[in-house]
Amino acid sequence: MTSSDRTAWDAIVVGGGHNGLVCAGLLVKSGRKVLVLEAASEAGGPARTEEFFPGFRVSTAHALNRLHPDVVRALELEKHGLDLSGSTPTPNPSPHGGGGLGGVGTSNPVETARTESPSPLRGRVRGGGIFAPSIALSHDGNPLVLHGAYGEALTGATASEQAAWKNLRAQLLRYAGVLKPFLSRRPPELGGGSFGDMAALGQAALAVKRLGREDMRDFLRVLLMNVHDLLDEQLTDDRLKGLLAFDAVLGSHLGPRSPTSLLGLYYRLTGEIGGAPGAQIVPRGGMGAMAAALRSAAERAGAAIRTDAIVSKILVENGRAVGIALANEEVIRADKIVSAINPAPTFLALVGAPHLDTGFVRKVKNIRMKGAVAKLHLALDGVPGFAAVEQADLHGRLVIAPSADHVERAFNPAKYGEFSPEPVMEITLPSLADPALAPAGGCVLSANVQYAPYALKEGWDAGKPKFLAAVMAQLEAYTPGIGGLVRHAELLTPADIEARYRMPGGHWHHGELQADQMLFSRPVSGWSGYDTPIEGLFLAGAGSHPGGGISGAPGMNAAKRVMERR
Amino acid sequence: MNQALVANPRLAAQSHFRTLRLGTPFQPRLDALAKTTDWYNWAGYRAPHSLWDEELEYFAIRSQCALFDISPMTKYRIEGPEAEAFCNKVTLRDVTKLKPGRVHYTAWCDDEGFVLDDGTLFRLSRTRFRLCSQERHLPWLLDSAIGFDVAIEEETEAVAGLALQGPTAFACLRAAGFAGLEKLKVFDLAEFPHEGGTVTISRTGFTGDLGYELFAERKLALSLWDRLMQAGEPHGIRAIGYTALNRARLEAGLIVANADFVTAEHAVRSNRTRMPDEIGLGFMIDPAKGHFNGRRAILEARAKKRLRHVLVGLEIDGNVPAEHAIVYHRKNREVGLVSAAMWSPMAKKNIAIASLDLPYGDTVTDDLWVEIYAMRELKYERLMKRTKVVPRPFIKLDRRTANPPADF
Repeated sequence: MTSSDRTAWDAIVVGGGHNGLVCAGLLVKSGRKVLVLEAASEAGGPARTEEFFPGFRVSTAHALNRLHPDVVRALELEKHGLDLSGSTPTPNPSPHGGGGLGGVGTSNPVETARTESPSPLRGRVRGGGIFAPSIALSHDGNPLVLHGAYGEALTGATASEQAAWKNLRAQLLRYAGVLKPFLSRRPPELGGGSFGDMAALGQAALAVKRLGREDMRDFLRVLLMNVHDLLDEQLTDDRLKGLLAFDAVLGSHLGPRSPTSLLGLYYRLTGEIGGAPGAQIVPRGGMGAMAAALRSAAERAGAAIRTDAIVSKILVENGRAVGIALANEEVIRADKIVSAINPAPTFLALVGAPHLDTGFVRKVKNIRMKGAVAKLHLALDGVPGFAAVEQADLHGRLVIAPSADHVERAFNPAKYGEFSPEPVMEITLPSLADPALAPAGGCVLSANVQYAPYALKEGWDAGKPKFLAAVMAQLEAYTPGIGGLVRHAELLTPADIEARYRMPGGHWHHGELQADQMLFSRPVSGWSGYDTPIEGLFLAGAGSHPGGGISGAPGMNAAKRVMERR
Repeated sequence: MNQALVANPRLAAQSHFRTLRLGTPFQPRLDALAKTTDWYNWAGYRAPHSLWDEELEYFAIRSQCALFDISPMTKYRIEGPEAEAFCNKVTLRDVTKLKPGRVHYTAWCDDEGFVLDDGTLFRLSRTRFRLCSQERHLPWLLDSAIGFDVAIEEETEAVAGLALQGPTAFACLRAAGFAGLEKLKVFDLAEFPHEGGTVTISRTGFTGDLGYELFAERKLALSLWDRLMQAGEPHGIRAIGYTALNRARLEAGLIVANADFVTAEHAVRSNRTRMPDEIGLGFMIDPAKGHFNGRRAILEARAKKRLRHVLVGLEIDGNVPAEHAIVYHRKNREVGLVSAAMWSPMAKKNIAIASLDLPYGDTVTDDLWVEIYAMRELKYERLMKRTKVVPRPFIKLDRRTANPPADF
């Protein structure tokens, strides 16, 4: 066993995923000496880009929709190569695809879309790139497209549906906006909370009040509703409802009809890109460019990043974290330890239950984190065609969720440990944004596929080929002939994601993001503010408030907490 | 066994409630002696309040020797290479200081530092312990065992227990042929042969008197009882019920969970839970021993002076027991409650255990009063009696610790 100088590091960040990098970057900028330890050979977690077939590369996280603006600003990520303008449409843009230029609620959206006069939506076009549209695919070649930032313009729907969507969208963003301030701060503590906690709750109450009486009542009425019922109240188009239902439950073990499923959609819409709530991009250069920018920001500021460094133990002396031990028995001491990995292995494997109170161990063991999303990577011989989807829209997010009922039916078997025979999915073609991801003439297809329950009853060894066949059959229905383009298919089940990224349950939120595991209950009640029962040990990963997705918010909030605790 | 039990081994391991008021391994003997048929429910077992006469049973403890069936006491077998470390995490006192062949009185807490129970920990070997307690704790113990190489099993049903307490206890056991027993000092334990098996005898008890506790496999129970009763006959051995024992323990100043304090898992009201310091168990806390459940909360409460209560012994004027009487400061300010009280024939004093709200009982000990409602032929007579805080135990008997123990 060797031991480094005990005063060398102010903080060690365990885990070089995006939250770990954000936390490290911010701590370094505050003047601390920080070491990041990443178990894999490359930092970035699921946002890192990996070759899955010779010449074909992809990131498991495949779109940006919530990278927190404070993170971008504080780490000056744009200086470090992050281009939030998104991908540039290929030539021959469609009239619908022009950055959400379609009018809403007009009798002739196409006509309006052609207008070249400045429009408020112009502001949504940044640096020549555009926000990625969301396309609700349909069997019969009538896709529906949400342009701009989460459907500032909607095409492919009737005028009345467009009007209904305009209202619903505004309402959803308004309500999500009430919750948004919670993203960038410690969750308020119930009882014994500080003045700041009370102030935050007060601000939220004020924000609700500011909605006006009718809106306030409605906000409270719908808050814990299921998304299916809400969509039925306000919309009629199955494709639109399918898309929204899908977005609400993506990444959760919930169906659209599960109580509180609307919260998932709120969570999605609290995200923003370039100041536009709900916007999404496939960053120029791919997600790998985002991970590289984070790494560069942290490193340039002075953080040391060690890869292939597997932490096997957090050293605790007299109730205080004093360092870590690596798998090779090397010991590195630091004043503070920040765990940007999942809370369960942090406590149960690295700290060890013997150092923790039994009630706390119980809570940690009870965090629900069985993932339900599989990841499909296809190495294709060409760009697949989707019926009636404009070329430019292929840069966006193509969603197979033909109706909310379809999403619900896809969920049903997952409740009983079976995969969906007709899964729902969101597809991106990352090589369109970053041609370097595929060889010339090739194309990468990346898809989040739901539902693939972590604990598949028949086991994933037996189930994976069957599920892959179901996924391909579903794809074939929307892009006929794709089977012939496939050179290689990689399907990552939650079990594979768990193994590859050391994410327990393969759960991308590191813990179900449902009402009982949010805010002051995340990751466990009593310890939601990035502190832990071990003094000097902090949490900074998605398992902490506010949750997962590439936001950097948990890492940022954790960094603030670490700085408060001198 | 139903399906839920098959599917959940934890449920199956907790079968105590399936038969209401189980008989103990000594039931045939108790039944034969139970002239008062005054039974109560002790942790799911039929146990006697008294067998023939409360008063005489009490005096059997103090002037002869009394045999009390402690089989209903909850018992856990804790065994494995990390059994010591496990016990050290769960309980307050430093288990590394508890040598094999020794017993200590300890307590354990939840995360908030509130006492879950108190009990005795027997170290039967380097890797094997027996934890005896008032309440049941299997799920807590199993969850506490995560990360330790240790096996935990409830053995309440499998192990029969007897307490033999009183000045002639040693003489009685010696007459019964337990050779070498005189070597046992207070809190020592050793194994002795009995009927082809073994009986574990410890010099422990709940009376403040000379006494022993005996544990044996269930199937040895009746022959052990008979052996003691036979050998003890000339030494005045008597079987007794709980009422007598309860008096003896009060004189000894010992507390009973869920009588003198409310255990954390039983408390419904948030201000009823107690930290060890608040029930006189602060001496058990060893901040230097490493992590134990509740450590953080307990040390924080101490540092931030958040302790609110104190458990004290009281001497009260007069001779009327002050059971559940309210304690006052200057006769008007309510400052606490008596949880156990009696006229002590040994101390010749009116004694009580009470919980007081700080600072009363700690820095403020003068001008304390108890209000006793004495029922006198369908009329309460309200007595306001002066009281003072006194150290526990209320009686100290040299014979308890004398070596070798007195023979008669």
